[in-house]
Amino acid sequence: MENIRGKVAAINGPVIVGENMTGFKMREMVLVGHKKLIGEIISIDGDLGTIQVYEETEGLTVGEDIRSTGKPLSLKLGPGLLGNMFDGIERPLNRIRDEFGTFIPEGIGLISLDEEKLWDVSLNVKPGDYVKEGQVFGSVQETPLINHKLLVPIGAKGKVIKVEKDGKYNINHTLVEVEDESGNIHELKMYQEWPVRIARPVDRRLPIGKILITGQRVLDIFFPIAKGGTAAIPGGFGTGKTMLQHQLAKWSDADIIIYVGCGERGNEMTEVLEDFPKLIDPKTNRPLMERTVLIANTSNMPVAAREASIYTGITMAEYYRDMGYNVAIMADSTSRWAEALREISGRLEEMPAEEGYPAYLQSRLAQFYERAGYVNTLSGEEGSVTIIGAVSPAGGDFSEPVTENTRRLVNVFLGLDRELAYSRHYPSINWLNSYSGYADMLKSYYESMIHEDISPLRAKMLRLLFEESKLQDVVALVGEDVLPDEQRLILEIARVIKVGYLQQNAFHKEDTYVPLKKQVEMLKTIDLLYERGLSAIKKKIPISKVRDGELYDKVMKMKYTIPNDRLEDIDELKNIINEFYDELESYYSS
Amino acid sequence: MKKEYLKLDKVEGALIELSDVHGVKYGEVVEVENNLGEKVLGRVIKIYKNRVVIQIFGTTLGMSINNTKVSFKGKPFEIPLSKDILGRVFNGVGIPIDGGGDIYSDKFYNVNGRPINPVSREYPRDYIQTGISSIDALTTLIRGQKLPIFSGAGLPHNELAAQIVRQAKIKSHGNESSNFSIVFAAIGVKRDEAFYFTEEFRKAGVQDRLIMYLNYADDPIMERIIAPKCALTAAEYLAFEENQHVLVIMTDITSYCEALREISSLREEVPSRKGYPGYLYSDLASLYERAGMTKDAEGSVTLIPILTMPNDDITHPIPDLTGYITEGQIVLSRDLYQKGIYPPIDVLPSLSRLMKDGIGEGFTRGDHPDVANQLFSAYSKVQDIRALAQIVGEDDLSDKDKKYLEFGNAFEERFLTQDLYDSRDMLDTLNISWELLRILPKDELDRLSPELIEKYMPGD
Repeated sequence: MENIRGKVAAINGPVIVGENMTGFKMREMVLVGHKKLIGEIISIDGDLGTIQVYEETEGLTVGEDIRSTGKPLSLKLGPGLLGNMFDGIERPLNRIRDEFGTFIPEGIGLISLDEEKLWDVSLNVKPGDYVKEGQVFGSVQETPLINHKLLVPIGAKGKVIKVEKDGKYNINHTLVEVEDESGNIHELKMYQEWPVRIARPVDRRLPIGKILITGQRVLDIFFPIAKGGTAAIPGGFGTGKTMLQHQLAKWSDADIIIYVGCGERGNEMTEVLEDFPKLIDPKTNRPLMERTVLIANTSNMPVAAREASIYTGITMAEYYRDMGYNVAIMADSTSRWAEALREISGRLEEMPAEEGYPAYLQSRLAQFYERAGYVNTLSGEEGSVTIIGAVSPAGGDFSEPVTENTRRLVNVFLGLDRELAYSRHYPSINWLNSYSGYADMLKSYYESMIHEDISPLRAKMLRLLFEESKLQDVVALVGEDVLPDEQRLILEIARVIKVGYLQQNAFHKEDTYVPLKKQVEMLKTIDLLYERGLSAIKKKIPISKVRDGELYDKVMKMKYTIPNDRLEDIDELKNIINEFYDELESYYSS
Repeated sequence: MKKEYLKLDKVEGALIELSDVHGVKYGEVVEVENNLGEKVLGRVIKIYKNRVVIQIFGTTLGMSINNTKVSFKGKPFEIPLSKDILGRVFNGVGIPIDGGGDIYSDKFYNVNGRPINPVSREYPRDYIQTGISSIDALTTLIRGQKLPIFSGAGLPHNELAAQIVRQAKIKSHGNESSNFSIVFAAIGVKRDEAFYFTEEFRKAGVQDRLIMYLNYADDPIMERIIAPKCALTAAEYLAFEENQHVLVIMTDITSYCEALREISSLREEVPSRKGYPGYLYSDLASLYERAGMTKDAEGSVTLIPILTMPNDDITHPIPDLTGYITEGQIVLSRDLYQKGIYPPIDVLPSLSRLMKDGIGEGFTRGDHPDVANQLFSAYSKVQDIRALAQIVGEDDLSDKDKKYLEFGNAFEERFLTQDLYDSRDMLDTLNISWELLRILPKDELDRLSPELIEKYMPGD
């Protein structure tokens, strides 16, 4: 297998054509030239094979060798992924820095997991046991937070004939030997290989029914994301996509976070690398980095590896899902990935569809988003992959092909709004054009969590916001003063919702993450403020008295002034509101 | 091994093609000499078996199919660099044009550079005081940042860039830093613009620390593609080998993109938006991402690219893609300019993504983040109220709204407006901000905590 050789015949940026390629297979990984650049075969035509190369091709010459590896682009999946940062094809950036210095050269070769490190393994099978695909045969404490379960690889099942003692081994050590029905021996190690473009199998898919708690009010209450669900965050530049993705990576209650920086800024990845080890997970009191895998293909790294980085991320996500974890993958940004497809498609001289994107854009996006889901794994546990993809629409225009195609594939659409961002309303999620298909789930979920149904309250608040936007159109024409007091109250309450509730300060220690219970209580307080105000207005009390500056200010600032663990202060605030209106009403009735 | 080829297959625009060549490397440099003995450089951009497409940096004027000598250099596009480049002027392909002789160095640097490993990056945190209130307070420039100026034809972006160069003070732990140099890349600029910059740099007394790469508007368009790369290579050399803090100013990125589009169309590539090539994003990123700081060196590359938005349209592909790569943007507004405000920085769409970690306690002053936030929010409200006032008339506005209008005008007159030679200290800028915020009713200051209001607005 290994000695099939082709020759480079043509070079055009990251796309090269090889000749004598008859023995090569579609989607096979190849090594190109004397620097052994890593590439993947993307088409075969007779003797000629087209290869996309994941590294810079400068300096490559016609006639250099193309070596076969006999396998498709695959990942080594095993302990050592968490807490690390990899490039688009799973090469550890720390090791690249140790070996090559500040800059990333080409011709690094195929490196991935640390092969030297010894892991403490405990095995739970014994000779004579029968194991099936996907079954857990042992475990490794990968980080203090995550117990890495060792899974029997797909293709290996049968009778266990040999088991190592528990102890410290590196990932290349054979731990268990399994003999299948036809007498073949399979060696089980700590890692397994999996081709990135193929979804890992599951026992069956389960219906979606749990909310991914993020601690962000606008999400948890208004536009919830489900575990195993899909969400898209489109927004022009400067609207805070990356910020929101970071917040989700920090605070969402997934067990594992895979963060793919796809064609984005180098400094943003550095920021994550600096921040996450310092951030402490509120549930476990461990650094967040211990549950995070970072994949970085910054915008100046080779474009073909950008195309691969998304698949690398989702494959890792599925691997941890198969251990029974809830995994969330943040892809920032899927537009850069689509542009990588476009760039390669252009070099292949394919017929373009909309805006130069290839016609297969929709099917590729679908293949990606459909890998999300809440499942029963082969090992019999429940696990999930949640996909949250940022989209960077050209010119902030949501009708462009990537946003449009993504919209059809996801259930949560969080449209970021430039106007809101300009007035520093963050997260700048536009409540009028965003939606969540999981909102109905709130009802039963909240009933089980906090024994009440908040969906009527949610609907009421959304209705107020909607009415406000209509009223603003009128105000823009004739001014606020001509509106009846009831409608002016809506304007005032909408402002409280926007400033005091929807806006959330990621840099404030209380406000960056808010527990669900407080989220609900805050909203109820705003509702109380509205209801008491409304009944006062119905008693002919003028809006100027109903809207008390100091009281409104207190409500708007409760997110800062009331600590997350002192919910009794909210009851006190409610008392203040009640007392204020009791007094006001008694004053006017006398 | 120096082989010369004498026969071309095709000359079209800035591209030449020749066949029956062997052992050519992708991206290697080529020297082409026409029958008058004039030499130009080129670069291999496509190889198909024994046919090669070469992009010429310069002009193909007068080239014939016969009698044109093509020799392959066997190495990528490299420039020699040493500390002697300080104070020198080069053309777009890195050849000295100030009459000062060649640069001799045993070190040659590939102008394409290599991506900085994200793990090697140092997250930028130290701010640069520009002395311009709207930038310092609201879009703070951080050392190692890439912060473009989005301008329009006829707006004073050159003046602003020159003012930044004159006034920029790098404060590191309270001390001003002296190992500071400037790289200026002119990409297709008019000669009088280049002259303006030379003159301003001379006045600012920075010419000894200045390196210029000049590609004039009437220079060969293909040199435009290389000019910013030479400049960034020089900047990287100074920052990461000589530990200098380098400020790179590039103008005009729009010309660069137009040159890319021209080549792309010559190569008959599938265009994407507005005829620009599909790889415009990656190509711009390969420039902008070279800014930064690393853990392995003391220096930094701070990049201020200037681009003129065609038709003042911020959604045009050039500003749009730039905004997605850079860490914010400074947007100039024609409306403010016509009102006579200098610098006409439209603060609402302007943004500095890195400022959040480089301001506040320990950097500028504790109140800075909240004050900036409050100014943004209040000034954005001013815009709504102005629109309303146009319809109902100012007299019919509520008292609160009238306060906002007063704030808006004061903000533009006292905060935004600044003389070309006026350098304001960061603390002065913040103090002016508080004076302006006093105009507004206290319960409108929803981004400021009661403690801050108590501290900086005592007695109200």
